[in-house]
Amino acid sequence: MKLSKTLALFSALLLGATSLATLPSLAAEHDGEQLYPLFSYRTGPYAPSGIPQWGGIRDYFNYINEVKGGVDGVKIFVQECETAYTVERAFECYERFKNGYAGAPVAALFTTSSGFDAAVSEKARADKLPVVSVAGGREDAVDGNVFPYQFPLLFDYWTESSIVIDYIAKQVGGYDKLKGLKIATVYHDSGYGRDTIEPLAILSKKYGFEDIQIPVPHPGEQQQAQWQQIKEAGADWVFFRAWGVMTPVGIKTAARVGFPADHIIGDIWSGSEEDVKPAGAAATNYLAVSVYSPGVDFKISQELKKDIIDPGKSDLKDTSKFGSVYYNAGLVTAIIYVETLRTGHKKFGNRPLTPAEGEWALEHLDITAQRIEEIGATGLLSPLKVTAADHEGSPAAKIQQWDGKAWHPLTDWLNGDRALFHDAIFAKAAAYAKEKNLPPRDATN
Amino acid sequence: MSALVSSVQPANLARREGAPLVSLNRIAFVLALAAIYVVVPLIGNDYWLNSLVIPTVVMGLAGVGLNLLTGYAGLVSLGSAAFMSIGAFSAYNLLLRAPFLPLPLALIVAGFVAAAAGVIFGLPSLRIKGFYLSASTLGAQFFFEWLFTNFHWFSNNSMSLTISAPRLEFSGYNLTSPAGRYLLVVVTTGLLVWLARNIVNSRIGRDWMAIRDMDTAAAVAGIPIASRKLLAYGVSSFFCGIAGALWAFAYLGTADAHAFDLDKSFQILFIVIIGGSASLFGNFLGAAFIVLTPIVLDLIVLWWNLTDYVDQGSLTNLLRIIFGLIIILLLIKEPDGLSSLIGRLARRLAAWPLRI
Repeated sequence: MKLSKTLALFSALLLGATSLATLPSLAAEHDGEQLYPLFSYRTGPYAPSGIPQWGGIRDYFNYINEVKGGVDGVKIFVQECETAYTVERAFECYERFKNGYAGAPVAALFTTSSGFDAAVSEKARADKLPVVSVAGGREDAVDGNVFPYQFPLLFDYWTESSIVIDYIAKQVGGYDKLKGLKIATVYHDSGYGRDTIEPLAILSKKYGFEDIQIPVPHPGEQQQAQWQQIKEAGADWVFFRAWGVMTPVGIKTAARVGFPADHIIGDIWSGSEEDVKPAGAAATNYLAVSVYSPGVDFKISQELKKDIIDPGKSDLKDTSKFGSVYYNAGLVTAIIYVETLRTGHKKFGNRPLTPAEGEWALEHLDITAQRIEEIGATGLLSPLKVTAADHEGSPAAKIQQWDGKAWHPLTDWLNGDRALFHDAIFAKAAAYAKEKNLPPRDATN
Repeated sequence: MSALVSSVQPANLARREGAPLVSLNRIAFVLALAAIYVVVPLIGNDYWLNSLVIPTVVMGLAGVGLNLLTGYAGLVSLGSAAFMSIGAFSAYNLLLRAPFLPLPLALIVAGFVAAAAGVIFGLPSLRIKGFYLSASTLGAQFFFEWLFTNFHWFSNNSMSLTISAPRLEFSGYNLTSPAGRYLLVVVTTGLLVWLARNIVNSRIGRDWMAIRDMDTAAAVAGIPIASRKLLAYGVSSFFCGIAGALWAFAYLGTADAHAFDLDKSFQILFIVIIGGSASLFGNFLGAAFIVLTPIVLDLIVLWWNLTDYVDQGSLTNLLRIIFGLIIILLLIKEPDGLSSLIGRLARRLAAWPLRI
């Protein structure tokens, strides 16, 4: 008895719910606006890295909408969707917003976690929705011929590896001095962390340094054994590819075993205030690769301060995060988005863009140094030029140092040696195309 | 389908309820099946199928797997997600390396691989009980997550260590559309629930319940405790394995080992507790609750434009608190889970306007 009644009730519920869904939930009231679905994580283990980013994104859009009257008159309509950093919740958000919302279309989806980046690949291809992962995403997606809908913009971990080696070479007095040096990479044991194994092997082969790879299991709350191993191996430099709690724990452990902080170069995700402050004095002189320069002295930051932060319109609860690495990361993301819309508007007119138009705009995105100056983001953002064949643009990063209170850039934008990896990366894309049996793209537009 | 209808109608219905109700039940059952297999795919849109219905059904199936072990055989497991990952990775490798296998067969073989792992990790249950046993299954949880992230062969040396569905087709039909994936999930789940129900009602199921209620007494009554316990682990993992393959391919499309972490194991455990232990359909109620409640709360915020009044940061944290409160209230009000709540409502409805 119980069985069939429960079943009947269950299906009745299901039916009721489904019919509810087919009703229009809201009258279109955001016609003429551009939807920006923000897949946030304000809860869960990575919320501390998330919250300042959402602040940066929302504050910039707020500024564009209220002070500048929108992007060429088109207002940006932000809809936030909490994912708690899980792939499942992000999928639900994706399905919810992929066709736009309340009359506002979506031009491109900016993702916020590497797990979702990897998982959404197939869906985005099927839905023909451009997916942008700023300073993240799969490397081989730079090949726009194989991955027309994916844009791992701005930075990648292969280039990062070469920037780190470049910096070390400069410190030791030239590339020829790298021979015989021991460079250890301590990485978060995940897809993200393993990404630098291959490029470092290529670099090690080319320059003759000894490449030591040491994994740290997620989440990395215990690293005594790994740093002991580094000490025993006599490593000269450590490239530290951590994420979340792994960074401060690693810096503290390094100090405990006596490895100098100024010979540890953190990854771009291990170089924020949140990463070093918990490590206290141990983090002084620690280095990190930085795509997102911290600080509040950029012209755009001052404008935001005047129009958004000071009047109390900021999304940040704790305005001391204004100008932090993650806040500025959000800012950079928002700037790239707005410039993408502008690029699209030039071709399609000043109206909300569709996904197809968003894809075109991304493939013709060209943020020049002059344009960056106009925005007021010189020093915050490096020039970026995307093409249909190259979906990344021009990766660049600085090396910065923590003095115990703030981050200071030690170098200008470094470009690394991306050409060295070109063949390896494009071979991966080709292998993927073969596994999936993808037809070559018709690159006429 | 006819096999399903006839076999899920147990003869004892007639004995308990009297003749007229049986036909009513049968009608209800057929209507429900029609709703699930025909109406839903026809009227459900992408969003509903992709992000609400499919995950609910697949998690419900994983719940069935754990419930067979925990609710019926009285053995604990904190490694259900590990067995799901085995199913997912096995199905992926089977479809990739043995392309001649049809999809259903690949799923079944993947289920058996997971079952074998389940039996191995169930071995300690012969010696230890309760909390200690949960430690051994916890071991499975960590072991397989480690295995699949450290040995790239399992993910075909993919750069991001993820596996993606090689192809979803059966006898010429492409199942990659939302409706196709929904049908794949529902048909598989339907068959497996039918199987589970028959197992539970068979001698094996009775043996399990005897072991659950008192294993010494069961041993005295001549029940082969050791083999039945291992069988319980095997069957449970078989179900979890297939659920894992469906989760990876029919729902996510791609997955890595971390999609099946300890959180997922706990989620399945909560599905069993909230849905009702020793019940099959309760699992789907529990899954609906666990999967849908956070989304529904989120959608309420969206529909009522609550973000205009409360800032997003406080709101998302508030939603989590509300979700937790609902769980606590539910378990206080109905410790036996949603299935007993719904069962009681259904009995009342049947007797209405009289009261029972």
